Amino acid sequence: MQWETVIGLEIHAQLSTQSKIFSGSAIAFGAEPNTQASLVDLGMPGTLPVLNAEAVRMACKFGLAIDAEIAPQNVFARKNYFYPDLPKGYQTSQMDHPIVGKGFLDITLEDGTTKRIGITRAHLEEDAGKSLHEDFHGMSGIDLNRAGTPLLEIVSEPDIRSAKEAVAYVKAIHALVRYLGICDGNMAEGSLRCDCNVSVRPKGQAEFGTRAEIKNVNSFRFIEKAINHEVQRQIELIEDGGKVVQETRLYDPNKDQTRSMRSKEEANDYRYFPCPDLLPVVIEQSFLDEVRASLPELPVQKRERFESQFGLSAYDATVLAASRELADYFEAVNTVCGDAKLAANWVMGELSSLLNKDNLDIEQSPVSAEQLGGMILRIKDNTISGKIAKMVFEALAAGEGASADEIIESKGLKQVTDSGAIEKMLDEVLAANAEQVEQYRASDEAKRGKMFGFFVGQAMKASKGKANPGQVNELLKKKLEG
Amino acid sequence: MYQLTLAEIARGLADKQFSAEELTRSLLARIAQLDPQLNSFITVTEELALEQAKAADARRAAGENGALLGAPIAHKDLFCTQDVLTSCASKILQGFKAPYNATVVEKLAAAGAVTLGKLNMDEFAMGSANESSHYGAVKNPWDLTRVPGGSSGGSAAAVAARLLPAATGTDTGGSIRQPAALTNLTGIKPTYGRVSRWGMIAYASSLDQGGPLARNAEDCALMLQAMAGFDAKDSTCVDQPVDDYLAALSQPLTGLRIGLPKEYFGAGLDARIGEKVMAVVEELKKLGATVKDISLPNMQHAIPAYYVIAPAEASSNLSRFDGVRFGYRCENPKDLQDLYKRSRGEGFGAEVKRRIMVGTYALSAGYYDAYYLKAQKIRRLIKNDFVAAFNEVDVILGPTTPNLAWKLGEKNNDPVAAYLEDIYTITANLAGIPGLSMPAGFVYGLPVGVQLLGNYFQEGRLLNVAHQYQQVTDWHKQAPSGF
Amino acid sequence: MALERSDVEKIAHLARLGLNEDDIPSTTTTLNNILGLIDQMQAVNTDGIEPLAHPLEATQRLRADQVTERNQREAYQAIAPAVENGLYLVPKVIE
Repeated sequence: MQWETVIGLEIHAQLSTQSKIFSGSAIAFGAEPNTQASLVDLGMPGTLPVLNAEAVRMACKFGLAIDAEIAPQNVFARKNYFYPDLPKGYQTSQMDHPIVGKGFLDITLEDGTTKRIGITRAHLEEDAGKSLHEDFHGMSGIDLNRAGTPLLEIVSEPDIRSAKEAVAYVKAIHALVRYLGICDGNMAEGSLRCDCNVSVRPKGQAEFGTRAEIKNVNSFRFIEKAINHEVQRQIELIEDGGKVVQETRLYDPNKDQTRSMRSKEEANDYRYFPCPDLLPVVIEQSFLDEVRASLPELPVQKRERFESQFGLSAYDATVLAASRELADYFEAVNTVCGDAKLAANWVMGELSSLLNKDNLDIEQSPVSAEQLGGMILRIKDNTISGKIAKMVFEALAAGEGASADEIIESKGLKQVTDSGAIEKMLDEVLAANAEQVEQYRASDEAKRGKMFGFFVGQAMKASKGKANPGQVNELLKKKLEG
Repeated sequence: MYQLTLAEIARGLADKQFSAEELTRSLLARIAQLDPQLNSFITVTEELALEQAKAADARRAAGENGALLGAPIAHKDLFCTQDVLTSCASKILQGFKAPYNATVVEKLAAAGAVTLGKLNMDEFAMGSANESSHYGAVKNPWDLTRVPGGSSGGSAAAVAARLLPAATGTDTGGSIRQPAALTNLTGIKPTYGRVSRWGMIAYASSLDQGGPLARNAEDCALMLQAMAGFDAKDSTCVDQPVDDYLAALSQPLTGLRIGLPKEYFGAGLDARIGEKVMAVVEELKKLGATVKDISLPNMQHAIPAYYVIAPAEASSNLSRFDGVRFGYRCENPKDLQDLYKRSRGEGFGAEVKRRIMVGTYALSAGYYDAYYLKAQKIRRLIKNDFVAAFNEVDVILGPTTPNLAWKLGEKNNDPVAAYLEDIYTITANLAGIPGLSMPAGFVYGLPVGVQLLGNYFQEGRLLNVAHQYQQVTDWHKQAPSGF
Repeated sequence: MALERSDVEKIAHLARLGLNEDDIPSTTTTLNNILGLIDQMQAVNTDGIEPLAHPLEATQRLRADQVTERNQREAYQAIAPAVENGLYLVPKVIE
């Protein structure tokens, strides 16, 4: 049977405010346990929440960026359950009246096509603390530093049809929240976490199958693997005559499998009701107008501009627009060199592999945009060839010079364009390979084509790569034919 | 000295008839001597009180002259007091020395008030007899075999017995006004949001409001003046200037329009109380008031709505008492669920558990609309009744309670009967309007209270009416024999 | 609709309240009495009435995004039942 996968994602983005959503505690990552847990965060009796204005502004930014309806009033509700990392015995969240309503996000698939993914809602809520399971005489330790950290929970429609689409969607959200400056996107530190609702159904069937929720998947790679694994599990289960149970599952990256979280399985009844300690949050139109005016160019807009303004391919434009920092870098290179296609090739090619190799972010690039742009200028004015440019780039990366010009000068890499000098050098190469020259002249057109490359190689070798390849080709042809 | 009101104490201190330290020592001695009969204090903060009294004397010597500078008071034991046991009269807060001060505590301390201690109450403010306290029942100084009312029963008993001139209380469904009525005191529940709830341990967040109990309206005005005001730490606290309550007291009552809701004088009201209330009306007429019959048709629905909303909020508010970060933890929990269930099962008393269960049920899947949402709709109907009434009258007057103080233990086994005692007071909490109870006489030696309800932020008007009444009557000056 | 023993047990579990076996019958009766009182609400016509969550119908005030708290772990944990290395201890949490 042909199966179709249906996926909906819930992404928790930790908002990059200074303080917590309902208290003045810091939210710095990695602090000593419980040193960032105030009276409010600890749920001390008598304490009360006051909402952080910046969290509201950030949620509105997100809402505007996904073309969502932002209701004039949103309401906080309490989700009641007992857990040691939940100090008050309820999580302050939003239920019936979220701050961000229906919106959408267009994602680019690998084949360059775009797909629109519906976003059901996004709401503000507080994060819980952490249970540490190292053994304290058979006890668990509770750290409440994270309790009260502002989260934006972004809920997608079940519009996603494969693990790859899911990853593309999460990447698009990741890019968006970073563009907006509302979340640092650091998945390793849990700043962006993803719950995947996965179900399968026979192709053509309209109703959804029973879904399982995979909790807290914390990397792009694991999202893809976890979903693929879960889809396979469900298909096998159904084909063997079994039934998918609606449950929460946990992905174990070490074993590459998902397993049921039995402890959370017991029937939860969260008893949501409007939080009586907080009042309805009013969003004025004037405030939204002001937030809208402050929005940066968003990934989709940037991608479109890269295509129309610079003539980049959809793929290149998508890759470069994926992160604001990368896009900024590319644009800076282009400003210096004035050749967007060359700039794009270098940024996505040599520069990206260099960064990948050393596991660096674009902000940490050892080659600055000015340096790279300056180098590309020298390719364009024929001072160096593309091949030499790679040497120059490596030297820049190794810090062997402040600019491409300096390296070209100090290493003597300037391209030879004097036809007299090239002719002299070619004469020497042809004399040294007289036998091959004769063979060449005796061959037919097809064979000559192959042999020609040999002479070019010898010539470039003799010039240590510095001879202008165009001129070498032209003069060599003349001499061999002559 | 113990007979002095706050206003008299202020004059005595200003005239150097006595020092705050002398006054404090004398009251501490009186508490030690008499409170064993009443059980009104959970904690007496002798050291802190003397320290604060000396500081007040020093401030006065330095030229300060505030109305509460050196005035002895005490707090209902649900206001957090730093490093002092704050128990909510519950075993679950065993050993809970609050790590911070409630805003009300801070404000009164800043005004120079001297804190004599923490007062007994119904556990988590749930009750109207002060019998649900883990620290034992409080007795009514007017008759030691009877209840003082609740939940601010310790505050009421202590002030009525002249152990101190004024105390803080809280009122979620009548918990200031009802004990004030049963102990011959004046007590006011302000408009919701007038007094900060920061540090006031919540029972039902959308209904709770702090306020004072004292022996007359003037002292209530002095206390409320210090307690009220905006607090950025409480999202529900109102950012609006506080009226000058003291200045409002002296206003004549000429032209005052009083509404008498027919629902307050129907079946269920002890006729002897009804008579006393009507006598108050006659007195107020003499002072220039006019009277109009009005109707609050939804009043009868207030009790069911209240007993959904308050327990629902309480069930959630009390989830934080889980034996993990503070308070009582059961012995040797065998696992996490055991920790929760036994800590809470052993730590909470019967009435608290009942209300948590009622609230949990009312919010649970499938029942939310029929209970919680329905109650919130009735809440609006009740508010609408008041909005309509205050278009026609300035204050609404009626009995505070349907019955006199009952015998200790009389309603212990019948929570529903006890809930019905709140009939006249809870509408003010549901609507959020201010309400005041003042002495209106005695029936067989037991005090009767009359309640005044006002429009939003009309605390000054209520205190004014009560004060003017107290200028021409002396019910409020009667003291229980033996105290 | 009256609560039965199993309902009471379920509610007590949701609220994490340990009940004594012996108390369950009387608790069930009392809760049913209270629910009987509450059920009087159902007779009230509330068609078209908006629920009222807060008496004043005010709106939420927002706090400036500033760190105003400092570390007071020692003071806060001085009143905790069980702590070690700055962590609150609870019986093992199983996921």
